[in-house]
Amino acid sequence: MPDSIGYTIWFLGAILEVSVVVCALAKDAFRRYLCLNLYMLFSFLLSAGRFYVLAQFGLRSSQYKYFYYYSDAVLTIFLYLALITLYLHVFDEMKVEKYVRLTAVLLLAGTALFSYGVVQQSQNKMLTGFVYELSQNLYFVGLVLTYILWGTILKLRESRTQLIQLVLSLGAYFSAFAATFALQNMFPHLEFFTYILPVFGCLLPLAWAYAFLRLSPDARMATARLAVVQR
Amino acid sequence: MATLIFLLSAAALLQFFISYSRSLIAASIKQPLSAEVRDVTGIPSTAAGEDFARVIQLLDLCPERPEDRGRLRAINAYFRLLNFVSSTLARVIPALMSWTEMERAQCAYFAAVTLDRRIAFSRDMLAQQTEV
Repeated sequence: MPDSIGYTIWFLGAILEVSVVVCALAKDAFRRYLCLNLYMLFSFLLSAGRFYVLAQFGLRSSQYKYFYYYSDAVLTIFLYLALITLYLHVFDEMKVEKYVRLTAVLLLAGTALFSYGVVQQSQNKMLTGFVYELSQNLYFVGLVLTYILWGTILKLRESRTQLIQLVLSLGAYFSAFAATFALQNMFPHLEFFTYILPVFGCLLPLAWAYAFLRLSPDARMATARLAVVQR
Repeated sequence: MATLIFLLSAAALLQFFISYSRSLIAASIKQPLSAEVRDVTGIPSTAAGEDFARVIQLLDLCPERPEDRGRLRAINAYFRLLNFVSSTLARVIPALMSWTEMERAQCAYFAAVTLDRRIAFSRDMLAQQTEV
């Protein structure tokens, strides 16, 4: 069983996920960022589901392991789709929705094929291996896509503060996860990762809840001063 | 491969964190400081990096507004990162020194604006209690 710190972080994360949805509903932003909110809602439901499976079968049971890895893969795909909707927000005046959606589907299929190829070559050819590999690769693809989106925001001088903060916090989340996964591969026996991933998991809903609650959808800012390298 | 992914991800994380912190600061940089806060902090109109620690000490004396907590922690972490850059990398790359000093000053201004809000918040609370 996870210890009390583990449970506290888990519980805090679930509360923050619900608070994102509550803040979005209170500020009339639920439909505007529907996919982001559905992701948070789904994430909360899966947290509750994981807790139920854990309580029923225990941490070391295969039921919990299967439930954990499969739900994680579904969540990552959901987050990937949420990221694509942020692209649609940024490009909404260009009428390129069709191309963005098509590229997103092709990229997702490509990532799945690549993950399948990696699992096929390894000794562990189980479906769980594929699911784990897909999650990891999607985090990296998500990071690259968020980075491109951030570049696009700077290039197009997108000024909506709320959208900018949603993208930046998602970028920080993807990069933190991708870096941690990479570190985990480099040092598999390090125990440092036990709490670090759940803590990162709390920061995204915290930043999104703040963006929905405190920032008006009409608030604007000059993006030029946000770039690390000034143009 | 894992090392490369780690390095790329860490660099991206740093960049996103810096931009996110700057977006938090940008929202408050246009707000003028009240005369009261200018007197208390000794910040005339533009802050300097050295003011940050003093303003944080003053912030600790005021009742906390829950909505400020997360932002203040993020900016505190950003300020520490800037201090680290200023005492390491900026010694090798002098151009970084003026950039870090400008950013540190904006962190101090952000803290002063937060102090202004906390003072107004405390005053409102006191007024409400007096009414009751």
